[in-house]
Amino acid sequence: MSDVLLKVDNLKTHFFLDEGVVPAVDGVSFHLNRGETLAVVGESGSGKSITSLSIMRLIPSPPGRIVGGSIYFNGQDLLKLPEKEMRRIRGNKISMIFQEPMTSLNPVYRVGDQIAEALINHQGVNKKEAMEKAVEMLRLTGIPSPEKRAYEFPHQMSGGMRQRVMIAMALSCRPELLIADEPTTALDVTIQAQILELMQELQEKFGTAIIMITHDLAVVAEMADRAAVMYCGKVVEEATVEELFEKPLHPYTRGLLASIPRVEEEVDKLYMIEGTVPNLMHLPAGCAFAPRCPEAESRCHRARPELVEVSPGRKVSCWLVEGGAG
Amino acid sequence: MSETAKAAASEAVLDNIETYSPVREFWRRLRKNKLAMASLVFLVGLTLVAIFAPYIAPYDPIDGVMSDSLQKPSSEHWLGTDELGRDILSRIIFGARISLRVGLLAVAIALSVGTVLGSIAGYFGGRIDNIIMRFMDVMLSFPSLLLAIAFMAALGKGVENAVIAISIVTMPEYARIVRGSVLSVKENEYVQAARAIGNKDAAIIFKHIMPNVIAPIIVRGTLGISTAILETAALGFLGLGVQPPDAEWGTMLGAGRSYMFNAPHLVMFPGIAITLTVMAFNLLGDGLRDALDPRLKQ
Repeated sequence: MSDVLLKVDNLKTHFFLDEGVVPAVDGVSFHLNRGETLAVVGESGSGKSITSLSIMRLIPSPPGRIVGGSIYFNGQDLLKLPEKEMRRIRGNKISMIFQEPMTSLNPVYRVGDQIAEALINHQGVNKKEAMEKAVEMLRLTGIPSPEKRAYEFPHQMSGGMRQRVMIAMALSCRPELLIADEPTTALDVTIQAQILELMQELQEKFGTAIIMITHDLAVVAEMADRAAVMYCGKVVEEATVEELFEKPLHPYTRGLLASIPRVEEEVDKLYMIEGTVPNLMHLPAGCAFAPRCPEAESRCHRARPELVEVSPGRKVSCWLVEGGAG
Repeated sequence: MSETAKAAASEAVLDNIETYSPVREFWRRLRKNKLAMASLVFLVGLTLVAIFAPYIAPYDPIDGVMSDSLQKPSSEHWLGTDELGRDILSRIIFGARISLRVGLLAVAIALSVGTVLGSIAGYFGGRIDNIIMRFMDVMLSFPSLLLAIAFMAALGKGVENAVIAISIVTMPEYARIVRGSVLSVKENEYVQAARAIGNKDAAIIFKHIMPNVIAPIIVRGTLGISTAILETAALGFLGLGVQPPDAEWGTMLGAGRSYMFNAPHLVMFPGIAITLTVMAFNLLGDGLRDALDPRLKQ
C-alpha cells in the first residue's frame, strides 16, 4: 500500500457575508498518496477551488474562514501550524498552479526572476544560482532557448508559454504536492494536451503528487489515478478513474458523464442535468442534488446521505446505492 | 548536454543580464518621449542654476538700488527690477533654490508616509483600513491651504515649517491613491501566486504590489511637486512661508501684485518661472509613467 501524503478530513470552509453564511466547503474528506494524481471534479461553485486554497491556507479572510476539520500533510496538521511555518511549506513542499496564466505572473518582473524568487525564499541560494536554476527549470518545461526567455517579461509570451513558466515556478523547489487549479481551462485544446503531457512527465521525474482541479472529464481520464466528485461543497463520490467512468454510482456523476458529447453517436441535443446548482445559503434539507436528481425518492428530500465506503477505496453518498448511506 | 554547450549557455545568461538591464530599458523608452526629455533637460538646468545661483546671478538678490526701482527689462537688467530696485532675474535664480527644495522635500515626505499608510490600509483592509482612512478623510475635509495655515500658526513661520505643513496636508491624497491602486492590484492572481510561493506580507506589498502601483504614484508625485511649489507660493504670499527679504517666486508674485498695471514684469516673470517649472514636472511625470510601465510597451 502506498503511503498517504495528504489527508483532508471533514474540512469546512465557510464565508461570512452580510447576507449570511456560505458553506463553500462543508465537510470534505479525501486523501492523496505519494506520487498519485487525484482529480477533483465539479461544476463552478462546487467548492473545488476553495478546497485547494484551504489546503494552502490562502482563503481570503475576511470573509472566509476554515471553521473545522483537519488537513494532515506528512502527518502534520496544516491547520494548526503557525503562519510562519506555513510560509515555509508554501511554494516549497506544496505549490500551486493557477487557472489564468495571463494574470498569474507579475507583469513587472521578468519570468526568470519570478521562478528564482521561490528558490531564493526556500533554498537559501543567491540570486545568480537561483537564476541559473530558473533557466534549468524553463528548459525542463520545454521552452525553447530558456536562457533568453528567462529574461523576458510575461507580456512577451503566449498563454501556453506562461503556463509552462507557472509550472516551472511551481516545481522549482521540487514540491511533494502540486495543486493545479484548472491549469488548462484558459488554454486552447492543442496547448492543453501539451501542458498535461508536460505535467505528467515532470510528475514522473520528480515524484510529485498532484491534485488536479477540473471540470473537464477528458482531463480526468487523461491525468488522474483517482477522482473525487464534488457537489455543493461536499464530495459525493470517490473512486478510481476506471471505476468512475465504467460504473458511476452517484446520479450526479452519471449526469456529468452523460453530458460528454460522443463522436460515434449523432444526437440533436446534448444531454444536460436539469436545473441549476442551488444557492449554498439555502441548501435543501435532504441530499443537495435531490432537486435535480432524476431518480430522487422522498427520503432523498428528507435527509442528507453520508459519504460511505461501499467497496474498498470507493465512496459514495447516495441513498439509492446499495450499502450507500444505509 | 556537452560541456561546451553548457558553457555557451551560461555565457548567454551573462550576456542577457547585461543587455536586458531594466534601467537601460527604461531610459530607452523615456528618451523617445520628446516633451518629457525637454522637461528633464529644463529641470536639470534649473537644478544646476539653483545650485550655482551665487555664481550665475548677475546681481545680489537682496540688496537693491532704490534709484533703479521698477525698471522695465533692459540689457542691464534682463528681466527688469522690482519696487526696491532688485534685479528680478537674480531673484528668480535664487528663488529656484527655495521652490525646488520645498517642492521635492514636501513631496518626498508626503509620498513616503502616504504610500506606507495607503498600502497598509489597502492590503490588510478591515479595521486597520477604516482607522487609517477615516483619519485621512478628516484631514481631507479641511481646505488644504487653511489646514496648512493652521499648521504654520502652530509651528511658526519659516521654510522648514512650510515643508512640514505642506507635506502633512498633501499626504492624505497620496494615501488615498495608493490605497485605491493596492485594492485593485491585490486582487490579481499573481498576488495570490506570490503568496503561494511562501512570501511574507511585507514582501508581497513592497515587491509584488508596489511596482504595479508605482505609475499613478509617480504621476501624482510629480504633479504634487507643482502643488507643493504653488502652496509654498501661497504661504509666502500670505506672509507665512518664506520671509522677506529672501527671494521666493510666490512671495515675489505677491509683492508685485500692487504694481501689476504699471510694471507687469514684476508678476509676469515669477509667474512664468512657476508655470514652466510646474509644467515641466507634469510632463516629466507623464513621461516617467509611460517609460516605467512595461505593460504600455509596444
